[in-house]
Amino acid sequence: MAEDVLRGPSTGLAVEVRDLVKRYPRSPVNAVDGVSFGVAPGEVFGLLGPNGAGKTTTVGMLTTRVRPTAGTATIGGVDVVRDPVQARRQLAVVPQRSNLDRSISIRDNLVFHAAYHGVPARERERRADELLEQFGLLDRARDKPDFFSGGQSQRVMIARALTHAPRVLFLDEPTTGLDPAARLFVWDRLRELRASEVTIILTTHDMDEAALLADRVGIMDHGKLLALDTPEALMRSLEGEGTLELAADRPADGAVVEALAALGGVDRVERIQASGENGAPPPAPESQPLRVRLYLTGDAALLVAPAAAVLAEHGLALQDVKLAAPTLEDVFIHLTGRTLR
Amino acid sequence: MSAVAAPSVGQATQWRAFRAVLRRDLYVTWRELPAFLAQVILQPLFLLFVFGKVLGSLNLTRHGYANLLFPGLLALTAVITAMQTLAFPLVAEFGWTKEIEDRLLAPMPTSFVAAEKVLFAILRSLVATLIMIPVGIVILGSIPWRWSGFPLFLAGLVLGALVGAGFGLLMGTLVQPQRINLLFSLVFTPLLFTGCSQYPWPSLARLRWFQVVTAANPMTYVSESLRGALVPAVPHIRPWICLVALVFAVCVLIAVGVRGFYRRAID
Repeated sequence: MAEDVLRGPSTGLAVEVRDLVKRYPRSPVNAVDGVSFGVAPGEVFGLLGPNGAGKTTTVGMLTTRVRPTAGTATIGGVDVVRDPVQARRQLAVVPQRSNLDRSISIRDNLVFHAAYHGVPARERERRADELLEQFGLLDRARDKPDFFSGGQSQRVMIARALTHAPRVLFLDEPTTGLDPAARLFVWDRLRELRASEVTIILTTHDMDEAALLADRVGIMDHGKLLALDTPEALMRSLEGEGTLELAADRPADGAVVEALAALGGVDRVERIQASGENGAPPPAPESQPLRVRLYLTGDAALLVAPAAAVLAEHGLALQDVKLAAPTLEDVFIHLTGRTLR
Repeated sequence: MSAVAAPSVGQATQWRAFRAVLRRDLYVTWRELPAFLAQVILQPLFLLFVFGKVLGSLNLTRHGYANLLFPGLLALTAVITAMQTLAFPLVAEFGWTKEIEDRLLAPMPTSFVAAEKVLFAILRSLVATLIMIPVGIVILGSIPWRWSGFPLFLAGLVLGALVGAGFGLLMGTLVQPQRINLLFSLVFTPLLFTGCSQYPWPSLARLRWFQVVTAANPMTYVSESLRGALVPAVPHIRPWICLVALVFAVCVLIAVGVRGFYRRAID
């Protein structure tokens, strides 16, 4: 049957991406550059990376809104390029910015969304009320989305996405720009969803969010997937490596870095560089006040005084000190030499 | 959870999505009926009142001008209503509200989303035009009407609505949100006044260059076909020429418009 040909081999994965490439016209580089990964049913998968890393473009391709230049992507075994209509049936998208229907109430937003997806009339009314309650929106059901805050819109959009019981839910930067309370609320709801069968793919540049919510995290930069594992495993890859982050008052040359690396108990030293704004090339590290991260084999606290002494020898004053166990951000810095933001 | 692929989407699902989107549009129009009526009726109503009634009462227009104007205003209403229904919401939806995304992610082909917009524009256009008939009777006392011209009248209206929808689709997908004001001054106004709604095309023979300009505006053929249907005594372009020109214009505008729609819908 022709339909079977369209689907390709079933791998049992909810989402499968193979060698996915996107190059926009008139762009010298690939926005997504040969990304491959698989997501198991029910898994929460996080794509972590700075702005412009290619996360949103990857999600755009998976959700049929961006046409891949090369490679394949399937949702529930359905090829998103060859059968986008069937793929759309299985997925739901919660975008970064509100795209709610402003002409109708939020309850109608949910009900009509379900209708677009063929949910029978009585069923969609029931699901809309159920989801509005779950997301704490019942008292605002008749309001139009116009005057909703970012956090409220985000809740409505997640509720709306769930009305047609998608297999895969995509969340693009679900808590960017939300206040802390709203962020916690969204995190709580997403953790509840983990208990359900829905597969979740979320993009974020917030390492806490990724570590908290995701079963596995893919770290993206410059369109490439640099690492992919559970947050624990990614952080364990830097194990024994507590870190000591030092900031000095002035720029400095490589001699300081070498001197720091020579201290006992220091495994290696990385200069931390700010990410360039909106894809602009980052400023040269030598021109910024010195910021370094020492990866340690011993106790971080014992190294503060010797490190400060080294800086003083080079005429630098210590401005800031941070002691930490490795985080996903450290993994990112380790992989790219830059911070996430 | 099984990962066996669900059965491929049948036609039924796609049409159900299409109907649901159309229902949403009708629902919103119904709830905003007064705004809709004000938007579509006010302009032709004033044109009809000033040019048909006031100027006639002051003897500034010749007797019978109102009869000649009326079919032209129906044409204008048909084209402009369809165009407005599509152009402005599309610019906003693609530009900043992003409302259209939820429809583009519904289980139907992208072309269905565009087709629904066109169908909805035609429905609104027909309603607006038909409302002009009682309005005309009230303002002018009587309107020219021939049942024998009805088939041509209907064909002219539907094609006129399609022309408007084509223009709307084209502009809605081409115009950047920050240039929406230009849309008004550079496109709407010229279309409005070169579409032969206020004068019959053959009478422009004395103003040859303007006659050529108006021949390039598809609305001219809508006005002329409605005149052919309602006031055949007034010299007009032959109906078959009008219909051929309109079918051609509709094909070109819709084809280019749908292409623009795809360009905006899928990166």
